[in-house]
Amino acid sequence: MIDLLLFNATNGLIIGAFYALMAIGLSLILNLSNVINFAHGGFLVIGAYLSYSLTPYLGFWGALIVAPFLTAAIGFLVERLLIRRVYGRDPLYSLLLTFGLAFIIEDGTRQIWGALGKPTSIPAFLSKPLSYQFFFITGYRLFMVAIVVLAIAVLFVLLRYTRAGIRVRAGTLDLETVAALGINIRTLRSLNFAIGIFLAGLAGVLASGQLGLEPTMGDGLLMPSFIAIIVGGVGSLNGTLLGGLMIGVAAGLTAVVFPSASDAIMYVIMAIVLLVRPRGLLGEEGMLT
Amino acid sequence: MKKSIHSLTPDRRTILKGAAAVGALQIASPFVIPVWAADAVKIGIANPLTGTYAATGKNEQIGMQLAAEQINAKGGILGRKVELLFEDSTSGDAGTAVQKTRKLIERDRVNFLVGNVNSALAQAMAQVSNEKGVLHIVPGGHTDPITGKDCKWNVFRVCNTTRMEANAVSTLLFKTYGKKWHFITPDYAFGHTLYQGCEANLKKLGGTVTGNELTPLGITDFSAYLIKARAANPDVLVVLVQGNDMVNCLKQISQFGIDKQIHIAGTQQELEAVEAMPPEARVGVWMFEWYWKQAASQPGLDQFIAEIRKKSGGKVPTARTWFGYVTIHSYALACAKAKSIEAKTVAKALSDMELPPEVKLQPNKVFFRGGDHQLMLSAFIGQLNSKGDGDPENLFKVNSVVAGESIAPSIADTGCKMQMPA
Amino acid sequence: MTSGRMRQGAILAAIWAALIFAPYWMPLFGGYTALGTRVLAIGLGAMSVNFLLGFTGVLSFGHAAWFGLGAYGAGLCLKWIAASTPLGLLAGTLLGGIAGGLLGALLVRRRGIYFAMVTIAFGQVFYYIAFQWSSLTGGDDGLRGFARQPLHLGFATINILNDATAFYYFALLCFAIVVGIMGFILRSPFGHTMIAIRENERRARFLGIAVELHIWIAFTLSCFFMAFSGALYAMVNNFADPRMLHYSLSGDFVIMAVMGGMRTFWGPLLGAVVFVVLQDYISSITVNWMSFIGLMIVAIVLFFPRGLLGLLRQRKAA
Repeated sequence: MIDLLLFNATNGLIIGAFYALMAIGLSLILNLSNVINFAHGGFLVIGAYLSYSLTPYLGFWGALIVAPFLTAAIGFLVERLLIRRVYGRDPLYSLLLTFGLAFIIEDGTRQIWGALGKPTSIPAFLSKPLSYQFFFITGYRLFMVAIVVLAIAVLFVLLRYTRAGIRVRAGTLDLETVAALGINIRTLRSLNFAIGIFLAGLAGVLASGQLGLEPTMGDGLLMPSFIAIIVGGVGSLNGTLLGGLMIGVAAGLTAVVFPSASDAIMYVIMAIVLLVRPRGLLGEEGMLT
Repeated sequence: MKKSIHSLTPDRRTILKGAAAVGALQIASPFVIPVWAADAVKIGIANPLTGTYAATGKNEQIGMQLAAEQINAKGGILGRKVELLFEDSTSGDAGTAVQKTRKLIERDRVNFLVGNVNSALAQAMAQVSNEKGVLHIVPGGHTDPITGKDCKWNVFRVCNTTRMEANAVSTLLFKTYGKKWHFITPDYAFGHTLYQGCEANLKKLGGTVTGNELTPLGITDFSAYLIKARAANPDVLVVLVQGNDMVNCLKQISQFGIDKQIHIAGTQQELEAVEAMPPEARVGVWMFEWYWKQAASQPGLDQFIAEIRKKSGGKVPTARTWFGYVTIHSYALACAKAKSIEAKTVAKALSDMELPPEVKLQPNKVFFRGGDHQLMLSAFIGQLNSKGDGDPENLFKVNSVVAGESIAPSIADTGCKMQMPA
Repeated sequence: MTSGRMRQGAILAAIWAALIFAPYWMPLFGGYTALGTRVLAIGLGAMSVNFLLGFTGVLSFGHAAWFGLGAYGAGLCLKWIAASTPLGLLAGTLLGGIAGGLLGALLVRRRGIYFAMVTIAFGQVFYYIAFQWSSLTGGDDGLRGFARQPLHLGFATINILNDATAFYYFALLCFAIVVGIMGFILRSPFGHTMIAIRENERRARFLGIAVELHIWIAFTLSCFFMAFSGALYAMVNNFADPRMLHYSLSGDFVIMAVMGGMRTFWGPLLGAVVFVVLQDYISSITVNWMSFIGLMIVAIVLFFPRGLLGLLRQRKAA
């Protein structure tokens, strides 16, 4: 039993890392643009399909690198053409806009790539367990975690040490002041949106190694990311990271004790957090309004 | 790929042009351009064209369209042209499916109804078709009650019941692979009945269940359950999840190397799902409800494959394509037999009607059992072919083809008490 | 002034006339009675969402949960407790309304986008319960085996079960009653307070209005209305399923409200008519209907944020 719990806790960390990757992208966009991106799952699917289509030409590794950038480019265009028009309006409109976009993306991917799932393969040396005992730690899952850690580390360094990053963080806290200081927040938001979508694309590429690739692949991944943000606290990327890992581990542990509830546990955690600490675990006071 | 739902004409409604259909067919029968009597016989289809079941729904659609073309080429139903009206039921929204059903019945005045891939939607539709007294064939929703305790005089089903699926593979698995089984079951009605069927069979054979992992529907990560399953050390890991969940599950099983330690098996497997898996995930013992590559030659089979290839961008037919094909042909055959298109008369004709070779496209007797309106179709049992053995389209190696009658529970056991209206 | 009032009266009369004669004129345009009944139930849902969104300015993106609970309440009551249509409606309304009211008490301090997120997440909790608790709810297969019952009025029995037109009029009567209550509340002092909060929450607070309490009451009322429309909708289909609680349906309701015009009383009904009918037609024409709906949503957000009725008013003012 202890073995099983330990196994599943480790396993939960792996899954949690993946949730966190997706949630951090969502969180970036929410923090700076005040937009809940319902189309995040759609962008994840775009990233996955792009890598599928690029693999014959660029190989697995080439596609892994290029597909997220292409997804980010699409995200950048979408922000420039559509999303930016609703900044400053009631948050209702940005919600609806991305809600509509999600429809278009799902239908578009089905139109382009077909409703039938696509077989995606990963390099043979990654698709093996590392040891007989810890069979669930495959090369690929370890690799996934490594990429997630790398991506998040790069992001945090960017946010802390680059000028744009510092501005993004400042904008999260007080956008008006940042704008008043003469900083071009339009460009900042475009860039920030593109980075968020880059992470979604990357998550998609990574997910397609583990999951069946089809147009609704992103559906099941949106809600955990949402909850990771609420649990961690809106406005805090550290919180989102923590939230993602937490619900991953909790789901893993629940699967041992009460399997049917393994999906429901994240809602329970969310409810408890909201009752005890409404701003989320690491959320700043005043970020909620 | 055409944008219209109705891939034959860009019109709002599919109007199957008799002459064109004859041209497209290579049947050497007398080349006649039929003169259609009165108005068309309308068959309304509410099936998924978007969402998770879009691929399976699309394949059923292709099969139906082929059947309609063939029927019209041979003079239609009682001299009247067959017209198919397709509606997207969505993959899971019963409200939409019910509304589309009412639309087909109340506004379009269809003579017959078809649907649905999703069992839940099929049952919701059956409630409406029964209320309206419209004959209804369920092409591909597997849950038992449709031809079991909820059976209705106007509802027939082409695909297997879950119980038939369970019965088809149990004995083979037990004899070949061992008596300790562990299950991965989707946590909803369909999964529960499938599990109960397998468990009952296993107990009867003298085996044991080492555990049953109930997984939420639509779950993406199976690792937690696979960890438990492997810890239980069974002989066979029986995977009962379906559709995309199955693709996810088998992908993860192969990556964890579990298939090298435990035999993988399951009940029903679909070509649509197998095509979406990478080669290394195509493992295990399964049953197909119909398979295109058969050992013995069947009259009309090669032609069926060739015709479907033309309509599906070169792809081979799947069980779904065959379901659609059989559904429309069954209506035509029953109407011809009844010399009527009136629902009750045709329902009586369908009861115990046997399918001719060029429709059934498989060995064994295939017929609609009168007692529960369930089609007795063969089960194709065998192993997934990871590389296709030289033929990249041949992803399944058929070991045996078992007659449907031998795996179906008796009518008393289905719980169906069929009451035909006077 | 009087001409304005007369025009308003004329519009109102036109709306009710259109609704009352719907079973007669709809077939001429390819409609069918069941579609009309569906529009009524969904339109009432959109109006309930707008009761909160348009008149208090609070954005709930999880209102489908109360709609779905209403449906399950009605279905379970009809199936297990009493085979009576009015009781079913009542049970559904109470179930959804009370659950919504309790949850609302936890949420009223949240605002804006955060309120939306939390309502989505909690809505999904109920979706999840309906999905998982299959012994009670039928899970993914949905709840079947119940049907609306003929109405026994003592002196006569109206067969709303099998007569589609009779059921349409029953639904219209329900619709009229609830819409009447909504209108009454909005015209009452409470309704004026709601609008004051919408216009300027801070000022309302300074005026000594208990903002949280008022928002909570408005939220709860809206949940009751929503649950009632869900119960009615369950009777349209004689079916309830978990997707009726899903946030994507909440999104549809919000879109209907916005499309018709959030700041207007009748706008959401118009939005529901357009949305439901359009979806019904487009999805028969093309398998790519989702793109059309998506594009329509994008177009509304970008070009017609005030909705159809808002647009008409604007034009009139100009």
